Order: sequence, then structure tokens, then C-alpha cells
Amino acid sequence: MNLQIRIRKPLPHFELSIDVNCPAETMTVVIGPSGAGKTTLMRIIAGLDKPAEGFIQFGDEVWLDTKRRIFLPPQKRRLGYVFQDYPLFPHLSIHDNAAFAAGARKEVVQKLLERFGIGHLQDRKPDAISGGERQRCAICQALAREPRLLLLDEPFSALDVFTRRDLRDELRNLKEELRMPVIYVTHDVNEALYLADDLLPIVEGQVDREWMQRSIVRVDDGRPERAKAVREPRLSLAY
Amino acid sequence: MDWTALFLSLKLALVATTILMIVTAPLACLMAYSRLPGKAFLEAFINLPLAMPPTVVGFYLLIMMGPEGWLGGLWTRATGSPLLFTFTGIVIASIIYSIPFALQPMRAAFEKIDPRLIESARILGLSPPAIFTRVIIPNSLNGIAASAILVFLHTLGAFGVVLMVGGSVPGQTRVASVAIYEAVETLQYGSAAMMSLALLPICYIFLLVVHRLTRSPS
Repeated sequence: MNLQIRIRKPLPHFELSIDVNCPAETMTVVIGPSGAGKTTLMRIIAGLDKPAEGFIQFGDEVWLDTKRRIFLPPQKRRLGYVFQDYPLFPHLSIHDNAAFAAGARKEVVQKLLERFGIGHLQDRKPDAISGGERQRCAICQALAREPRLLLLDEPFSALDVFTRRDLRDELRNLKEELRMPVIYVTHDVNEALYLADDLLPIVEGQVDREWMQRSIVRVDDGRPERAKAVREPRLSLAY
Repeated sequence: MDWTALFLSLKLALVATTILMIVTAPLACLMAYSRLPGKAFLEAFINLPLAMPPTVVGFYLLIMMGPEGWLGGLWTRATGSPLLFTFTGIVIASIIYSIPFALQPMRAAFEKIDPRLIESARILGLSPPAIFTRVIIPNSLNGIAASAILVFLHTLGAFGVVLMVGGSVPGQTRVASVAIYEAVETLQYGSAAMMSLALLPICYIFLLVVHRLTRSPS
């Protein structure tokens, strides 16, 4: 099942205008500077926002078609969404949070909790565990829905470097098992290169395939002609 | 001292509060989350009993619930008995009179809920009624409790409205506030003092609880 997106939405400073195709079993990493419209794109895919004009089709199911006035509400899209800092439900235990989705199956939830190493915490409340453990629970919560598409919007950027690295590794392992398109949003080039099957750089609402190149290397105009040829890495890719 | 009146007051407050909580919850939800165009008008209308003298509210209710009024007429046709000067009558009057006190704290509690929780629940496939019972209600219990206590106290203290619609039928509509008024009228100051004293600690303790429930966590 692949996901086809063609949308246009005016934002305060520019227009978000995207036309992409995300194939099944592929992790598409959406990368770009903050405020480029990445999160808006994700919200539109999830059905939390509506574009001015657009068409979204998943497999042969049309989720959105502004011309035909079709809008499938988020409840019916059956997708998983993990946000950067979305809180878990504060009144529920970790287990109940993971099992919150409509139609979540008990054995699936239990397996997920064990797989993400938070099985022993399942009776705790979200405010009694660490940030990394909360994000693990959020991933369990999203996957327990048995989604057809997984959206991850900077899921680890609020975590410390080490937790982040662990979770990133786990996600990379998980990727092999997921038979669905995954869209991952980040502004971190290292993370993007580490995880991506396909890169989708977005700058000011437009897909800009050259952006990665520009952001990794920088040409210093002040240097003598000979030295200009030597491009200086701006970010360390060795992690 | 009129124990029946005191008991009747508590019964009235309890019945009215229970019904009001059930009626107001969806209304407060609508007020907190919907973007209806006429919301301000609806809200001002619901809040009218806050601003008008109780006797005015009572007067309109008297007209509405009388045998010639639409509500009273409907009731009489349905049940064969009148609505005025009955316990049911003062329950209905108390409900209408206390709606603003139920609505405001509940609405404030609903508005305090992180909207991201609701978005999350939508993505996880929960229908609006399921979101209401599984996300909104459990995360606003304090506000709902505060709302219930305020309504309870407000109904306990209602005088003008109850007197207009219910009069003073012993065991039916003669609630504590009316009984105290009548005791004073007939110069039975001792009896009035006893009943007043009985109400005082109830109100005071409940107000302390409201304060505790609504203060922001620090």
C-alpha cells in the first residue's frame, strides 16, 4: 500500500505545496529547517488539519479530495502518530495508555510493551517514568492500533542524546518488521541519514532536493580561490 | 424547628444537582469545544438567571409552568397533575435557576484539558462520545465535582424562585430557606436561628472543598 499526497495550503509566510508518493515498506524521512511546514504536512496526512486544496490516497482508499469534498476523519484513517512532546493520558497507567486505541488487542499490547522494554513499568502512571520510557510507551500506543501507516514527528528530539541514540537504533530494527510506509520528520541531518530509505527535504513549504547538500557543506567565500575547492563539513556525520 | 424543611432542602438540592450534572456535561462540552456561530447568544441566555433577580426568574417560570403555560400545560396533559406548588415543579425551577453555576466550572475544566490529548484520541480511533467518556470526563473530575458542589449549595440557598413557583406546601415545597423566612415572619426567632445554624456548617465545609478542588496544582 503506498501513500500518495498532493496538497496545497497557504501558511502565514509561504505556501505549503507538496506532491509526493511514499511507497510501502519504506521509511521516508522528511527533513528541513524548523518552521518549514513539516508538522503541518503530517497533521494533514493524519486528518487533524485540512489543506486548501489537495488529494491524499492510501492504497485505493481516498482519504482526502477537496474537489470531490471527500474527507475521511482521523478516526477512520487507522494510522499511528507519535509526536515530539504529546503527553500520554495522565489518568491512565502505562499499560492502559498503550492499550488505549480503539480495538487494541491484549496480546498485541503485551508483546509491544515487552519488546520496547517497558513491560515492568506497565502499572505506573506517565509522570512516574522517564521521558524515554514515555516515548517508548507512545510508540507502543501507536502500534497497538495495528496501523497501516506510521507517522513519527520528531519523536525523540525532546530526549537526551543517549536515550535518543538507543531509541533510534530500536526504530531502525523495527523498520525491517513494519510492512507499512513510515514517515519520519526531523531537522537533524544525522538522524535523517541514519534512518532514511528515502529523503524528502522540505524548505519553506516546497520539496527542495538540493537542501541536504547545501546544509551539510558550506562554501566559504572569504577564502582564497584554491581553498574554496575544499568543502568544509558543517555537521559531523560520524556519530 | 422544622426538620422536614431542612430534609426537603437537601433532597431538592441532591435531585437537582444529579439531573443538572447529566444535562450540563454535554452542554459544557459544546460550549468548550464547538465553534458555533451563535455561541455568545446562547451563553448569555443560559447565564440570564445569574443577572436577574430571583423573583423575575421565578415569575417567568411561574407563567411558563402554570396551567396556561406551555410547560405546565404539557405536564398536566402528560401526567394529569399540575406542576406548580409541587416538588417536581421546584426541581425544574431549581435546575433552570442553577444552570449557570453548573456550566461555568465544568466548561472551565473542559477548556483546561490539553487539546493534544483529544487529537491523540481521535487518531487512535475513538468516536466523539468515547472521547467524552474516556478522555474528557476522567481528566476534569475536579471541575465536575466543584460544579456539583456549587450547584448543590446554590439550590440549597434558593429562595425567591422556589417561593414563586412552589409556594410553601409543607413536605412538598416548604424548603429550609422558605421555612426560615416564615419563622421570622411569625416572630419565631428561635426556630429560625436553629435552622440557619444547621445550614451554616454545611455551606462552609462545602465551600472549603470547592476551594481545594479548583485551586491550581502547585
